[in-house]
Amino acid sequence: MGLFILKRLGVMILTSLCLTYIVFFLTNLYPNLEKLAKTQGNFRMSDEAVASFLDSRGYLQSTPAKYAQWLGAMPAPVTYTEDGTPLGKCVRPGMEADAVPSFCGILQGNWGWSTVSKDEVSAVLATRLGNTGYLMMWVMIVMVPSALVIGVLAGMREGSRTDRSLSTVSILSTATPEYVSGVIFIAFLASSRYGISPILADWGWIDGKTLFKGTAAKAMESPDLQNFTLPVITIALYGMGYIARMTRASMAEVMTAQYIRTARLKGVSFRNIIMKHALRNALIAPFTVIMLQVPWLLNGVVIVETLFNYKGFGWQLVNAAGNNDIDVLLGISVVSVVVVLLTQLISDIGYVYLNPRIRIS
Amino acid sequence: MEPLTWTGSLGTAVDPVFTIIAFLFLAMVVLQIVGSFAFAAVDHKINADGTITYDTGPNALIGKGVKYSLFALLALIILYLLSGIIVPGSSGIIGALSAQLAPVWVALVFTFLVSIVYKRKLGLYGKLFDSTVGMIGFALVMFWVYTAVFTGVFDMIATHDPLGQLSGMKNKAPGTPVRGADPAECGLSCYYLLGGDNLARDVFSRVVEGSWIVIAIAPLATLFAFMIGITLGLPAGYFGGRLDTVLSFLANLVLAFPVILLFYLLVTPEIVQIGIPNYMAMVLGLFPIMFIVVVLNSRFHTRPKVRTPLMLAVVGASVWMYLSFVSSGGYFVSTPTYSIPGLPTFLDLFDIDPGILVVAVSVAFVNSITVFRIVRGLALDIQTRDYVAAAQTRGEGPWYIMLWEILPNARGPLIVDFCLRIGYTTILLGTLGFFGLGLAPESPDWGTTINDGRKLMQLYVHPALPPAMALLSLVLGLNLLADGLREESLRD
Repeated sequence: MGLFILKRLGVMILTSLCLTYIVFFLTNLYPNLEKLAKTQGNFRMSDEAVASFLDSRGYLQSTPAKYAQWLGAMPAPVTYTEDGTPLGKCVRPGMEADAVPSFCGILQGNWGWSTVSKDEVSAVLATRLGNTGYLMMWVMIVMVPSALVIGVLAGMREGSRTDRSLSTVSILSTATPEYVSGVIFIAFLASSRYGISPILADWGWIDGKTLFKGTAAKAMESPDLQNFTLPVITIALYGMGYIARMTRASMAEVMTAQYIRTARLKGVSFRNIIMKHALRNALIAPFTVIMLQVPWLLNGVVIVETLFNYKGFGWQLVNAAGNNDIDVLLGISVVSVVVVLLTQLISDIGYVYLNPRIRIS
Repeated sequence: MEPLTWTGSLGTAVDPVFTIIAFLFLAMVVLQIVGSFAFAAVDHKINADGTITYDTGPNALIGKGVKYSLFALLALIILYLLSGIIVPGSSGIIGALSAQLAPVWVALVFTFLVSIVYKRKLGLYGKLFDSTVGMIGFALVMFWVYTAVFTGVFDMIATHDPLGQLSGMKNKAPGTPVRGADPAECGLSCYYLLGGDNLARDVFSRVVEGSWIVIAIAPLATLFAFMIGITLGLPAGYFGGRLDTVLSFLANLVLAFPVILLFYLLVTPEIVQIGIPNYMAMVLGLFPIMFIVVVLNSRFHTRPKVRTPLMLAVVGASVWMYLSFVSSGGYFVSTPTYSIPGLPTFLDLFDIDPGILVVAVSVAFVNSITVFRIVRGLALDIQTRDYVAAAQTRGEGPWYIMLWEILPNARGPLIVDFCLRIGYTTILLGTLGFFGLGLAPESPDWGTTINDGRKLMQLYVHPALPPAMALLSLVLGLNLLADGLREESLRD
């Protein structure tokens, strides 16, 4: 088991290195650097000014060299302007010329500098990840139980009317991407002129103009039912259908097993068969699916955070990619690789744990 | 001119009935869900003499209620749609939309009639018409296919230019007549049937034009992805070993990327400018040619007399298509700083809009990775079968076994996945549009339109809702179709 985890960690580091190198290469292509220079300096820079801006900050070295500097395996060069202000990768605003460290990379625990937020990448990403973590927590709280209930109810009597209608609901939810369901929810629940909000306001059932808020911009400081519901259910809905279908398939399979028939013939009541015999085995497969669903949720998070203006990890991704904020993009790639591979690892280990028939050899 | 109401003059009489039946139907459905837990299940008894005693318990009665109210509802909807076609203007916006879509209805009815009559002779496709879910899915998909074809190829359905901005129509409600239009000459194109967007363009025309972009790109990009995934996945699963390790590592590498970050890295204007998508198109475009060559060669290499002319013709044609695909305006790659000359323009069969090329290539690339994993898994599974061992004993080459023994036996899951994947591709295309990547900002595709419309969502919902519903119904149709196909293919 220890060796297995160690091997997986090795793969994780190798994948992160390859992935960050690809991101590094693409973000350091000259047109992207030019965009960076123009957003940092001003938009009417001449080509020579752009070149000297980039050169003085060390952007024009070869890509492997810059990558090694980002990793912290190579010293980053420092140049000085005429008045002695240092410029370079390791330089932070307000730093004295003699305080500039020669190494500043991942190995030194330094994740770089966000050129858009004017802050350390680690600080930026920590707040963003905190926000997204909170969102994801609520998504999980809403999505997992409802998906499992739908799946179990549908799979318990395969082919019945309940099964048909619940399966249709789960197909519908997998067919609705976040940007569609978000738009529909805003139209029906958060618009002061359409949907149910005007009716409810007319009857005096709600205080404000709308039932929910179409933006979650305030949800970072004070999340409440009004501004946080729509983002949560928008993400939860898309993932729910898939988990429900997997649960249904697994439940239906378990219900045809021999030991269930035995229990039936023994005279165990249907309720007890479901609760005591079937559920335990039927929930092994959905556990894996839920874990593997997390990276997919990350995708939904990007869309929903953009749609509802919630400043989390996904919002940061779009912001950084739009402005070619190199260090932030690299940090984001590392985080997402770790999330993807960690959830895979957890799902594998959990599977072994839940299913004693399988052992990792 | 009066603006159109949703259901027009027919609506004043029929609307109340429709509302009552709709509420009745909803109440019945709720009752049915409650009833399935509260009362005994419906149980028709088959008597000893072969007759059936129908159950008349509460659940059976509720079931009947649901059925008949649903039929009544459908009949009323058909009434609205038909009356709009037969008496123009009699059933408001809904009727006008229906009249505008008349060619689509005709084509749909014709397709269904022919398919149902000959369904026993049509193989898996015919079996689809045995399952209700499959038929509904097929109808939704074909609705959009016909809409797209009639709009994009025959220029029939759209009432206005999707890019045309008419003064005074900004954010106007559905059914608003165009300012200064003369009803005698323009008919239905006097109206913005689904309203105007924030740049005063016709929402209806944009939605139907957008369907052409989706229907043209999504299946082709998916087909591309399948060819790439199959060409790489079969050997990875069949040979295993180091090849499998390397390819699987690369696939996992790409899968660890959040899709949107990948799109941002590949499709931003700066990257497009230096031609990376063109290089990707050049590389990915080679896979279909490789696929075709290997398929034909492995089958016919024992008969050189057939093989050589066949290969010459097919490879010639596909290379020509490939060159036309990757080169546009006489260049493979054309950037401000350098360019690689390609096929001369007089030999170039078709030019693909650079934005569409970029989008199609990146969507195909992302999908091909997942297809690779599926095909690899199927190959691993199927290669243990006896018929593969038999072919090996016969002395067949590895490519023959992969393409003519393993692949045909994996077709069931692959066909189902193909349907699902077209839906996923549609979602990805919408995502790209939603983030404004690749396609031009005024492009009428659904993602871009949703993104445009969402900014004023609190005040005007009509610009964003129709494309959202369109995308939803197409993807839903594809999912239902896949479900029907899976059910029917499992039944054999």
